[in-house]
Amino acid sequence: MTKLGRRKFLAYGSAAAGASVFLKACAPEPETEVEADSGASPAAAGADSDVITVGILHSLSGTMAISETTVVDAEELAIEEINAAGGVLGKQIVAVKEDGASDWPTFAEKAEKLIDQDQVAVVFGCWTSASRKAVLPVFEEKDHMLWYPVQYEGQECSQNIFYTGAAPNQQIEPAVDWLLENKGTDFFLVGSDYVFPRTANNIIKEQLKANGGTTVGEDYLPLGNTEVTPIIEKIQQALPDGGVIFNSLNGDSNVAFFKQLKSAGMGPDQYPVMSVSIAEEEVRQIGPEFLEGHYAAWNYFQTVESPANEKWVADFKAKYGEDRVTNDPMEAAYIMVYLWAQAVEAAGTTDIPAVREAAYGQTFEAPEGLVTMQPNHHISKTVRIGEVRDDGLFEIVSSTDGPLEPVPWNQYVPDTKGYACDWSDPAKGGRYKTEA
Amino acid sequence: MNTLITTLFNGVSIGTVLLIVALGLAIVFGLMGVINLAHGELMMLGAYTTYVVQNGFKTYLGTESQGLYIWAAIPLSFVVAALVGLALERGVIRFLYGRPLETLLATWGVSLILRQFVRSVSWGMVGGLLAFCGLFFGGKWLLGKSARIPSYRQNLVTTGLFLLSGAIAWFVGSNINNDPQLARPWFSARNVDVTAPGWLQGSIRVTAGIQFPASRLFIIVLTLLCLLGVYLFLQKSAWGLRIRSVTQNRDMSACLGIPTAQVDAVTFALGSGLAGVAGFAVTLLGSVGPNLGVNYIVDAFMVVVVGGVGNLLGSVIAALGIGIVTYLLGSGTMVRLLGGADGGAVVSFFDFFATTSMAKVMVFALIILFLQVRPAGLFPPKGRSAEV
Repeated sequence: MTKLGRRKFLAYGSAAAGASVFLKACAPEPETEVEADSGASPAAAGADSDVITVGILHSLSGTMAISETTVVDAEELAIEEINAAGGVLGKQIVAVKEDGASDWPTFAEKAEKLIDQDQVAVVFGCWTSASRKAVLPVFEEKDHMLWYPVQYEGQECSQNIFYTGAAPNQQIEPAVDWLLENKGTDFFLVGSDYVFPRTANNIIKEQLKANGGTTVGEDYLPLGNTEVTPIIEKIQQALPDGGVIFNSLNGDSNVAFFKQLKSAGMGPDQYPVMSVSIAEEEVRQIGPEFLEGHYAAWNYFQTVESPANEKWVADFKAKYGEDRVTNDPMEAAYIMVYLWAQAVEAAGTTDIPAVREAAYGQTFEAPEGLVTMQPNHHISKTVRIGEVRDDGLFEIVSSTDGPLEPVPWNQYVPDTKGYACDWSDPAKGGRYKTEA
Repeated sequence: MNTLITTLFNGVSIGTVLLIVALGLAIVFGLMGVINLAHGELMMLGAYTTYVVQNGFKTYLGTESQGLYIWAAIPLSFVVAALVGLALERGVIRFLYGRPLETLLATWGVSLILRQFVRSVSWGMVGGLLAFCGLFFGGKWLLGKSARIPSYRQNLVTTGLFLLSGAIAWFVGSNINNDPQLARPWFSARNVDVTAPGWLQGSIRVTAGIQFPASRLFIIVLTLLCLLGVYLFLQKSAWGLRIRSVTQNRDMSACLGIPTAQVDAVTFALGSGLAGVAGFAVTLLGSVGPNLGVNYIVDAFMVVVVGGVGNLLGSVIAALGIGIVTYLLGSGTMVRLLGGADGGAVVSFFDFFATTSMAKVMVFALIILFLQVRPAGLFPPKGRSAEV
């Protein structure tokens, strides 16, 4: 053992301290916490009565940052537009951004901070179901309001959350119906090994049983696993002549899955894959050449043809760069800011109960089409099936005639069958038995 | 017959991925006894090198050169990983030989730094780092050459120089970062897309029922070539002879005039370079991101431990064995071989383990059992070298 002398200790100690400071300094600047999106009139951010403070709570660092920062971009664009058009109730909106750091307890902590310290009128935030479940008790206890923009597994209906992403009946179930009609009845289910894919696959299995399809097999990859040879072999054994693959893999495993599927000679003509967590952003990362011809189910694609969407895509690219793409969660985040602003205008105040009441029935001509906030805190949405093109965007091959009503409590799962949610009627609430 | 061939091929292809990942570790951990937890990150650097080479080809040679970039990417990923490995050995690990616990912690720290480095590396950061290294090490060299500093002042001067060059580098780095174009991270935390050339994306039809993916065949060939190269290097070259002699008896080798410090550096660089090649290989299969190495490091250690520390042949057999067992269990082939779903208790036992997650559990359990019987692996080191 060498002895660490006092001088040496000082030298090494200061070296270590210096190095860490230096590394921090030279990394790209972290995003500023508070951002006054007051557009052309910075003077508005003065006295309290002139502005309305809202909270944005997403992961700006950690594994989820990749996805969640794009949603933040969409929310900030909406706030900027509303401010440019004169704000809400004549006041400018100022956003306070907090970083949930991909860590669920941090989300709860930051939610409390936003509500108690920053006195925000509303919080826009969360992506994973885990983070939403973590902040749910905070919002219920303080009777505050969260708007949540991501498609999720359903089976929840809180008075304090507005869900602008798809409920399962607005994404997974129509996708299965479309596959049954157009692609075959034999399904192989592949997913990541955690709660969302397993819940989703349970719904799919029940639905297939009810509608004349067959589940020929299912397998789950541990998160981060890239060895998919056994799964591909299983698919080939279970579906020797081709069939439908329903994919709820998350993250990196998708890349491995599609690369190896292609190199095993299993193309989309024989083995069409329907994915529920691959949007424009993910296609870019996996590489369109591996995904071309496969399918995804969402409410919104960048290729939706409508004046509202053309304007939105153009505005988004103008603000964030030509190479950016828009996708479903971003669109849901964008429209939820507008829906909230409309509800505030209608209520004439930012008081939570009044805004909540006013939110029911609000409609918005969104990029995806007309959406309506329902009394069960979910919105009616158009459902679309897209096929990946060689440029990485989606060719829309099917879409529902109009918006579909949201059903948060799943009607295929025995536990929740026959239940519904209606917060406009105090006698009904979050979970009541329908007369059937 | 078809089942046998596909089983063998798929098992071997899983095994060769394990093997190419573990090959470098078999040298670093097996021959040198260094527990290098940053091995996965060296792989990751190899994968990122592949990405950079691919984009370089695309930008400067046009898209028709798509099929060619891999021939440059393989040697370059070896070189980049080997150089980083060399720096790691010279800068950190050589001070820690014979102290496995410290090595473990230090290399884990290095792996965290490397992962964060690829996430946030930008021109500003590189500029700052270069400025710092130039000023600090250049300054030390200059001072050592020209000025005569009394030894009791050494540490003070070093600290002062460190702080000064650190401050200047900080200034340089944050100035470069003021330009948003230069401040943009090169890769960011986002995963990047490496696309294999067209001829590696398809598959090769052997008979009517059997298709071999081209990328898997390529990895098998690449692994064999690496194995052959390592074997020839260790057995036939002068440096190989030195490496083997240092492995067997360091003190005696030093007495006979073998430069053991250089041998250590070369050995470590070789192992690191092989990790780089492995990084290239896995880009054909999966995605490239900062966390790429983490997914493979445990498997790599598993292979080396089962194979027996210090024995390349052991690693080969262990990798292939683990690959075939993983495949047999995970794909449900075991169930089919035993006669389908209604074959009694044994079949339902294997059926339970016929998912990817459960097959992994089973493989770990089997390895634990195996290590109970042979604690030192397939080919334990024998004789005197075992005592060192």
